[in-house]
Amino acid sequence: MTTSLTATPAAVDGPRGRKPRRRFTPATIMLYGVLIVAAVYYLLPLYVMVVTSLKGMPEIRMGNIFAPPVDITFQPWVTAWDSACTGLTCEGIKVGFWNSVKITVPGVLVSIAMASVSGYALANWRFRGSEFFFTCLLFGAFIPYQVLLYPLVILLRELGIFSTLTGVVVVHTIFGMPILTLLFRNYFASLPLEIFKAARVDGAGFWQIFLQVYLPMSIPIFVVGVILQVTGIWNDFLLGVVFAGNQNYPMTVQLNNVVNAVQGVKEYNVNMAATLLTAMVPLIVYFVSGRLFVRGIAAGAVKG
Amino acid sequence: MTSSVSVRDLNLSFGPLTILDELSLEIDDGEFLVLLGPSGCGKSTLLNCIAGLLDITDGQIFIKGRNVTWEEPKDRGIGMVFQSYALYPQMTVEGNLSFGLRNTRMPREEIRQRVARAAEILQIEPLLKRKPAALSGGQRQRVAIGRALVRDADVFLFDEPLSNLDAKLRSELRVELKRLHRTLKNTMIYVTHDQIEALTLADRIAVMKDGIIQQLADPRTLYNRPANRFVAGFVGSPAMNFLDGTLVEADGLPAFRTRDTVIPLDGYAQAERLEPGRPVVLGLRPEHIRLGPEAGNAPHRFEAQFELDEPMGADNLVWLRLDGHPLSVRTETVDGLAVGDRVPIAVNLPMASLFDAESHRRL
Repeated sequence: MTTSLTATPAAVDGPRGRKPRRRFTPATIMLYGVLIVAAVYYLLPLYVMVVTSLKGMPEIRMGNIFAPPVDITFQPWVTAWDSACTGLTCEGIKVGFWNSVKITVPGVLVSIAMASVSGYALANWRFRGSEFFFTCLLFGAFIPYQVLLYPLVILLRELGIFSTLTGVVVVHTIFGMPILTLLFRNYFASLPLEIFKAARVDGAGFWQIFLQVYLPMSIPIFVVGVILQVTGIWNDFLLGVVFAGNQNYPMTVQLNNVVNAVQGVKEYNVNMAATLLTAMVPLIVYFVSGRLFVRGIAAGAVKG
Repeated sequence: MTSSVSVRDLNLSFGPLTILDELSLEIDDGEFLVLLGPSGCGKSTLLNCIAGLLDITDGQIFIKGRNVTWEEPKDRGIGMVFQSYALYPQMTVEGNLSFGLRNTRMPREEIRQRVARAAEILQIEPLLKRKPAALSGGQRQRVAIGRALVRDADVFLFDEPLSNLDAKLRSELRVELKRLHRTLKNTMIYVTHDQIEALTLADRIAVMKDGIIQQLADPRTLYNRPANRFVAGFVGSPAMNFLDGTLVEADGLPAFRTRDTVIPLDGYAQAERLEPGRPVVLGLRPEHIRLGPEAGNAPHRFEAQFELDEPMGADNLVWLRLDGHPLSVRTETVDGLAVGDRVPIAVNLPMASLFDAESHRRL
């Protein structure tokens, strides 16, 4: 019996301990292959942009768009920020940057505040017709923006806030409501109902439960909401160009004016720098809060 | 004795679905009342109605003689403890205990005193600065009880408070709860599906099924004289044996007959008023059947076949077949029994229960 099983000690009584893992199975090769291709696909344009923005115009004219800069210059970045021409004025896109900040900050705060309270009310304080209200809201999430543009222009004109910062903030709040309310409602509905009941027995009212009990429990979902809104509002072009008015054009609109200027030489390096500057804010937001974002999404935005 | 909580003709329905129908319940001052029943029987719903967390459809609820039917939960003089503890995760234990008091804008000094007193009673003083996540299940449930305690509530409501704990902690906290009730002498209403909790804690137990109270009685009555077949089967572990049969007359005396076995009913309370011919169910608890030598020279003995035994530590549960019916017997010794052996058994009839086969009511 034993004599036939003496080839290796392991063979005596079969496998033992941790199962060995093979490095290069077809599955892992496929997996990493796809991941690498996807990464290159997304990173290559970014690489070209960064490289180009650091070159002078003579170097760009040589045409080697993948070559790293021979003579690194930051002048295009300075020009883009400070003195590139956007239409008639030549003050760079810093004006647009500050406009975007002025639109994004109140837009995010107001829409998150309203949506979180609505979501909380829909989840925990059922009222007559709350289901109907929720259905309407869901429906609203699927209506394309363009359909509502003209009616909203008229509405804002009648309210006297067309072409103002207030106007564009209001519009962003309106468009953010359906998806954000859905997000918050589902999250609050996933919290244990017994905590809500306990708070009611403890004599807390609508606002006390929301502010003192629910809010501290819901940081991840607020982070998700903030990220969605910051990137959404910052990247928005259409609503900004329609509702903000000339003096309040957000950064995206200014960027378009820089890049699509028809006069003079096309300064590719300045265009690239301006684009990178515009994309910087959402990028930083994702990098800083990516982990919280994933946790928040996993915590209840998708399920429920 | 004055009534502490009084539920009158309570009705609760969600659209066409009726959960509680014409339910009435009087709970005495200082009483420990347990609502017992399988899941979905409406016991938690009833508790939520008393707490004011559910809007009732019809009827009235009085607490301490005050009509609180339309009052908010916080104004009812109740404290409530939940199965999942329902502690506020972002507050410390102290914050959890004082939250309800802070909501009433009570002076800080009094809040401090009340929290300290509750913490002392429950022995959670060292935990006051911790967050719930840093507590064990038993400690969390203690904090949850403390939250009800600080409110100086007239009535404590417990919604399956021990169900999330492991068996050992559960029995420990059970004793503590009983001790707490002795000390505080508050009225307590306790919902559970665990019959051991119900039997050990309660002054009175209300067994519920389908939104209806099947029997409201003290634990001993409930166990020994169940009002219907459902209560008999639900209360008691190991469960009661049920034998289907008919009432007959044997030698001029009432008897129970199942297939070929005739069990005389002498000793069963008021057996003589039972009319023969009626289809009935005989309920026998495993510990009310004696086996083998223990059956000794009881007047009526029967023969059963041994099938298997389940050792339960202190004693054994022996499964027999009596005329084809499975029958469990609780006994101390099962020495030398082999499958198929015929063993004599004797029945303690004064402790048995007879139910009508149709209405399932006790006869």
